[in-house]
Amino acid sequence: MAARSALSVKNATKNFGGLIAVNQMSFDIEEHEVLGLIGPNGSGKTTMMNLISGALRISSGHIQLFGHVISGQSASQISRLGVARTFQLVRMLNSMTVLENVEAGGVFGHRKLWGGSLQMQAVEMLEKVGMGDAVYSPISALTYIDQKRVELARALMSDPRLLLLDEWLAGLNPSELQIGIDLVNSLREEGRTIIVVEHVMDAIRSLCDRCVVMNSGYKIAEGTPAEVLADEEVIRAYLGDDHA
Amino acid sequence: MEILLGGILLGGTYALIAMGLQLQYGVARIMNLANGEVLVAGSFGALWLFTGAQINPILAIVLLAPAAYILNYFIYLIFLRPLVRRAKSEGQLEVDSILSTFGISFIFIGLLHAIFGGEYFNYEYLEIPFEIFGQAYGVNRIIAFVGAAILAALLYIWLTHTRSGLRLRAVSVTPSSARLVGIDVERTSAMAFALGGAVTAAGGSLISMFDTFDASIGVVFTMKALIIVILGGVKEIRGTIVAAFILGFAETAVATLIDPGLTLAAAFLLFILVLLFRPQGLFGRQSS
Amino acid sequence: MTRTEIRNFLITIVLFALAALIPLSDSGFWLSMGITIATYMVLSTSWALFSGPTHYISLATGAFYGIGMFTVGVGIELLPYWVLVVVAAVIGAVVAALVGLATLRLSGVYFVIFTLGLAELIRQIVTWVQTTMGSSSGLYVLTNITEPIIFWELLILGIIVYFIGWWINRSRLGFALRIIGNDEVVAVHSGINTAAAKIILFVVSGTVATIVGALLAPRLSYIESSIAFSPMLSFIVVITALLGGAQRLWGPIVGVIPFMLVWDFLTATFPNQTTLMLGICFLLVVYAIPNGFAGLIEKYSHRLRGRT
Repeated sequence: MAARSALSVKNATKNFGGLIAVNQMSFDIEEHEVLGLIGPNGSGKTTMMNLISGALRISSGHIQLFGHVISGQSASQISRLGVARTFQLVRMLNSMTVLENVEAGGVFGHRKLWGGSLQMQAVEMLEKVGMGDAVYSPISALTYIDQKRVELARALMSDPRLLLLDEWLAGLNPSELQIGIDLVNSLREEGRTIIVVEHVMDAIRSLCDRCVVMNSGYKIAEGTPAEVLADEEVIRAYLGDDHA
Repeated sequence: MEILLGGILLGGTYALIAMGLQLQYGVARIMNLANGEVLVAGSFGALWLFTGAQINPILAIVLLAPAAYILNYFIYLIFLRPLVRRAKSEGQLEVDSILSTFGISFIFIGLLHAIFGGEYFNYEYLEIPFEIFGQAYGVNRIIAFVGAAILAALLYIWLTHTRSGLRLRAVSVTPSSARLVGIDVERTSAMAFALGGAVTAAGGSLISMFDTFDASIGVVFTMKALIIVILGGVKEIRGTIVAAFILGFAETAVATLIDPGLTLAAAFLLFILVLLFRPQGLFGRQSS
Repeated sequence: MTRTEIRNFLITIVLFALAALIPLSDSGFWLSMGITIATYMVLSTSWALFSGPTHYISLATGAFYGIGMFTVGVGIELLPYWVLVVVAAVIGAVVAALVGLATLRLSGVYFVIFTLGLAELIRQIVTWVQTTMGSSSGLYVLTNITEPIIFWELLILGIIVYFIGWWINRSRLGFALRIIGNDEVVAVHSGINTAAAKIILFVVSGTVATIVGALLAPRLSYIESSIAFSPMLSFIVVITALLGGAQRLWGPIVGVIPFMLVWDFLTATFPNQTTLMLGICFLLVVYAIPNGFAGLIEKYSHRLRGRT
């Protein structure tokens, strides 16, 4: 059986006044696939993620999730259809406990748990990301990587059909990075559909089935990590004309 | 025609007041709900100088504006800077500054009330009719409009054509980047806040030439200034000026055609329309 | 229910029962003070239901209160009093929903400004309608409802508000509001319809304030728009709620009781300086007790517990 298309982006464009941050982007991601969205700083990756999650409204083009048009819907509606995300700069609910921070992801979105089952699920997710000991800690007691884990647990709470990780591995030291990569890999083995925006090339090589490369809002290459990283235009985008 | 001219005359002074608030909200990021009280204090100052020392209200601005600048500078330092420093988020600063400036506005009202009493005041200055297109307007109204227009123009030129004006605009756009190019954001904010207060007090002096006022009328001007700022778009000086005239027209139209008691309703109707259809203001850019 | 919930529930019932005895022992100063405190207790608690978690400062309380009072004033000749209270509640809810729809999708500043002008706007319209219709500016509300009855009604409404607050706090709606109060971006990406959640709470809060106005109308017997739509009421509600602490359900009442006793004394002693004193109260709340009495009490009790 051929894999289903999970997300299909067609000619997505976003402009802020005169600046076009995302320009005629088209790509597809199949179910159970991990797609890397890469490109130099300011190439429009995060904007693309914001268009998918509904944080920003698309200027033209459309986006489909399992055949259902989601562009134009609000972020909360898209979340209920099964798109969960983490943020480039980690976002914690500071006045709440770790457990509540995770529970927040499982009540109103794709899954609507409450009461005992909610708590059980949240504890399970925390254990999965390696935070089983910190269930009742306040957020202020957490390190940066722990906050990132909590955020991932919150995203997983909704059992998302598509998970968006926006530079989830950024800012981690080498040993934390390995833990992080292993964690995302375990999600991939579960068969989750994931889009990762990432700068860490090692992570991209070991995690992604396929990559889409962006530069100045355009898609400049698409293929396996090895293919796109050898692509001349991609090298030029990252390193400048002299190196191509 | 009558509405058009009346609207222009009213809009001129509104533009000046709203520019004062714009400096405080757009640059210093303080939603100053005591703005109207500073205006009324300016009106009382003009009254006091006029009846006590026969100084005419235009000349009075030369004294009142620096006094208001100093007063507002200290208000910023004593009350608002601590809030800016302790705020963990923009939302918290917003709530705190709203509550704090409410407190300051009540203290202003209380003091003005204690000094001048609770009656309505006005004084007669140049109440000579002047005919334009067959309709008589007081010379004082026209002078107030010209005065407001000159001050607003000076402020606009200063903001767009001088280094210190540029500094203010830089802080207004992104405080964090302004810091990177060596701008002292805190001092610039204090200056913008104080300057906003000075402009507002000048507006108060002009308004006192033709309007009656009392100690507690400030809130009406605060509302109008806020509605103008939102209508024109926060941080959009040109938008503010256009919006001030729109409000001037709307109020004059409602007052002449329906009932003078419904001017606030007119202002609110505009406000609701903006909130529903163009929350970023007529000239505001959509935020990302 | 947990054990602390049962304990708090019993304490609440006992306190309300004790309060209910006031009209039996005194019919002068303390009854009148009791009505004032009960009025502000209900208003502040319902204000905090909305403003506590969302951090939106509503100054619309006076507008809703005035709507309630005026509805009774206009309709008292036509309909039975109890029907009017219900009619008032419905009108209040509809107005709250409309205001919420127009303003709650936007930033807090717009909301504050809008609610600040709302009472005055409604007053201007009411006055205009009255003058164009040629009716007199005042309305008589003559009923046989006595002060003790009004007091008891307010207490019952208070209990209902507490119950609603308790129920919201443990419901999904309460959880959603806490998330919104922490980070609205996280809230929308968790699937919360933030506008709807805020509007629901604002409607609850506005409806309660409208009912309070309707309940107090018989006490005044003669209603004028300038009295019904007094802006002072909205400000005092904000102060008492924040003074007590808007983050806890029981916070506002801890603020209302001492504030009203002191305020009554001060306004009687310095009747011309009320505005000045109101200003000082605002500054006190912002600078001296940012988390309210409830915050102080909790900090203190944590310290005590830490020591033992």
